[in-house]
Amino acid sequence: MNVKELKELIEAKSLTPSLPEDVTVTCGYACDLLSWVMSHGDSGMAWTTVQTNMNVVAVAVLADMACVILPEDIEMEKEVLDKAVGEGIVVLSSPLTSYEISGRMYGQGIAAHN
Amino acid sequence: MNGLIHSEYPRETADYTHAGEASADIKRKLKQLGVSASVMRRVAVASYEVELNLVIHSDGGVLSLDVYPDSILLVSKDRGPGIPDLEMAMKEGYSTANEEARALGFGAGMGLPNMKRNADGFEIESEVGKGTEIRMSFNING
Repeated sequence: MNVKELKELIEAKSLTPSLPEDVTVTCGYACDLLSWVMSHGDSGMAWTTVQTNMNVVAVAVLADMACVILPEDIEMEKEVLDKAVGEGIVVLSSPLTSYEISGRMYGQGIAAHN
Repeated sequence: MNGLIHSEYPRETADYTHAGEASADIKRKLKQLGVSASVMRRVAVASYEVELNLVIHSDGGVLSLDVYPDSILLVSKDRGPGIPDLEMAMKEGYSTANEEARALGFGAGMGLPNMKRNADGFEIESEVGKGTEIRMSFNING
């Protein structure tokens, strides 16, 4: 599944529309403790978090993630989105909760690990 | 031995806005050198953890990168305050991060163990009142 298909699956919109959405999503994760994510993040990961600070982008970039998902229509400040675009990290915002996002992803065969 | 690259990144206390920039720069440099994705990722994770430690816990310090033909060396040297109980600090889940750091999503107590796990060589020396030095090495070919 690529990021565009994931976006449709979780009824999300992209907050970084200028970025391509053909990146393959290989695994999923949901966690709001960034330092925890740093030790569990993986390449190709679609990561759901309610955190929206600058360090979210840094974690996603360093772990080679496919995209960041913000649940429950959470928005991200422009400054952080600019950083995400600059680093090539797609940020999606979904009306669903983290629980439902994870459920739909898992149901479509996106595993917890690569 | 002469290195291919030497870079230094000063980091100040509580400068969360710029935390991660050194690691992103290190990752870019390694990519340009053609370092494999898996090694690059391990270096990036370890450098981000150590960079954050400088911002969260230290009185300021410097992270340096040295790239040699066969290895990569990351060294973090701070001006204090030093770690009173190194054994506890190395345990997963033990954290002394303050409220500000925790509000941003840090302080899981995974930093030092995660550095050790990702590096091929890991050494830490700390003295209360003086500071902490962490040296991490990575083999470029695996």
